[in-house]
Amino acid sequence: MTGTFVGMPAFPTAARAALADSQLRSNLAHATSTIRARRLAVVGELDGWEELRLAGAAIKDNTLLHLDEHLLALEASLTARGAVVHWARDADEACRIVAGIAKDHGADEVVKVKSMATQEIGLNEALAAEGIAAWETDLAELIVQLGDDLPSHILVPAIHRNRAEIRQIFLDKMAAVGRPAPADLTDEPARLAEAARLHLREKFLRARVAVSGANFAVAETGSLVVVESEGNGRMCLTLPDVLVSVVGIEKVVPTWADLDVFLQLLPRSSTGERMNPYTSIWSGVTPGDGPQEVHVVLLDHGRTRALADEVGRQALRCIRCSACLNVCPVYERTGGHAYGSVYPGPIGAILNPLLRGVGTDDQVDSLPYASSLCGACFEACPVRIDIPAVLVDLRAQVVDAHRGGVPRPEAAVMRSASWVLGTARRLGAAERASGLVGRVAGRLARRSSSSGRPLMSRLPGPGAGWSDARDLPAPPAESFRAWWKRTEGGHR
Amino acid sequence: MSARDEILGRVRSALTQADRSPVAVPTTHRGRVHEGDLVELFVERVEDYRATVTRCADSEVAGTVSRLLPEGTSVVLAPGFEWSVPGAAVDSGLTAVQLDSVGAVVTGATVGIAETGTLVLTHGPGEGRRLLSLVPDVHVCVVRASQVVADVPAAIGVLDPRRPQTWISGPSATSDIELDRVEGVHGPRTLHVVIVD
Ligand code: SF4
Repeated sequence: MTGTFVGMPAFPTAARAALADSQLRSNLAHATSTIRARRLAVVGELDGWEELRLAGAAIKDNTLLHLDEHLLALEASLTARGAVVHWARDADEACRIVAGIAKDHGADEVVKVKSMATQEIGLNEALAAEGIAAWETDLAELIVQLGDDLPSHILVPAIHRNRAEIRQIFLDKMAAVGRPAPADLTDEPARLAEAARLHLREKFLRARVAVSGANFAVAETGSLVVVESEGNGRMCLTLPDVLVSVVGIEKVVPTWADLDVFLQLLPRSSTGERMNPYTSIWSGVTPGDGPQEVHVVLLDHGRTRALADEVGRQALRCIRCSACLNVCPVYERTGGHAYGSVYPGPIGAILNPLLRGVGTDDQVDSLPYASSLCGACFEACPVRIDIPAVLVDLRAQVVDAHRGGVPRPEAAVMRSASWVLGTARRLGAAERASGLVGRVAGRLARRSSSSGRPLMSRLPGPGAGWSDARDLPAPPAESFRAWWKRTEGGHR
Repeated sequence: MSARDEILGRVRSALTQADRSPVAVPTTHRGRVHEGDLVELFVERVEDYRATVTRCADSEVAGTVSRLLPEGTSVVLAPGFEWSVPGAAVDSGLTAVQLDSVGAVVTGATVGIAETGTLVLTHGPGEGRRLLSLVPDVHVCVVRASQVVADVPAAIGVLDPRRPQTWISGPSATSDIELDRVEGVHGPRTLHVVIVD
């Protein structure tokens, strides 16, 4: 079964381990740079990308501000189209509903389309506890599941595995759960995909119950949309008798026409394609075609908590395209696992604290600091989520939540940083002081960077916690201001 | 309290402080004018996905489809398909298991989208149930040049949301293994598009 992230260490500790994993780093760097280039090409060829982003953000904002009305409209149109609508306050309730439906049909297995929402609620584990096997059918999810592993990227969850490892996982693990991998399997991607096709085809043809998420849910028409590449989604949405879709309440869009924005924004931002290979749209039950029993579970699980956050609310616009991951320098170097959540990267750094609240879990509280605030995520985001602004606001919330107790090192550093940066005079004084530190640190430095510049191991005092997880270049012996004054801006 | 009422209540209280005045939504993406030949653009974009494209006259559809399929392939036609294809059987409600041993399927489509090279099936007459164009390994999709629209907004404008829809842009594909694109995982691994002028 796919593991959960429970008990993950806080970001700095996990990041340190990830940074030491050179396979993960090089795969991620390759993946993110490839997808980045593709995305730029297809975004660049479309006229009016900025207007589309504005439209996407505005539609989502308008929807969120009247979410209650749109949810009621969605419920009404789904019901009118023969679907059964369920509401789930939290993960447990959602899992119980899905398990209950499977049991009603005597199913001891379900096939699944890759869905962030079902991962978020730990559905596979919950079903397993009820004796129901949940088969992931997306190739990457299959690799993760068979490898008893954790996903590392929203879009390409098995990007941390290379082809030789995938071959070994298939050879070792497929036989125990269904059709074995062919004995002469090579590590050619086409052969590996073929092995997955045969292994899963058996399950698709047999399955009676399927579980999906949805990328969009249209309130006006009761239409659910699933965007995918491989066709496993189509299999799950079409072949079984019973279909259960777990849909976060923020997935609703008001009208059918709104899809003309999102079906352009999503594929170009996500896989960097003009259009993804397959998009399935269904509105309740279609007599004689596809599942004749259709359930939709509307999931809260922290979304209303995020909705109440004036600054953070915009995170609910997210269409899970993963563009922000691919442009993030922190993500590229540490990878998905270090975030300890199914939502990694910049969006994970804001969504997890917003969904779960700050001040109770060190792991969650560490996430808003997993960023250099460079702003690349905002530039890439198709629905213009100002991730840096939300990060800064969440940092303040984390600080507030810990106020009264022992101040967190990040808090102390941020506070003194803002005090120091507050006026030019203080900055000058601090730079002179750190120049002093620099001369000491330069002598004490045990390590040096690839460019030969000495690196500092640990900041003294309240900065220690911060520098524990970072390699800081040791400050130069002379501060910039001192240098500027001495050389008259480099002219002397 | 029911989960429904509780969630709706949470939504409402989350928004009590919020400024709920509407945000203006730009609509400049609709009704964009495309210069050049839409059908040619459609051909180019479909071929980008490594699908084959053949253009032919109305009277040549049967011959064109036959030539695309290797000799001896078992072929199923969507009920209500406009043209006849020699040797093909019209689907009579085959099960998924039965379709798994069928070599190829021939269907029509409702809309072609030029800018993205997409075919949209709405699974009415001539297009077949959803599983028909999914389970066999080869899909031949026949679309009239007059069904090609410019872009996604134009397609959304003519499609009926009450119909189930499958938007198809090239053959099934994955990039999950070291980001190498592999054609074909679960859907048809070969997609032939025939455009009737
Ligand atoms: S935050 Fe924006 S860029 Fe990141 S996954 Fe969500 S929609 Fe995509």
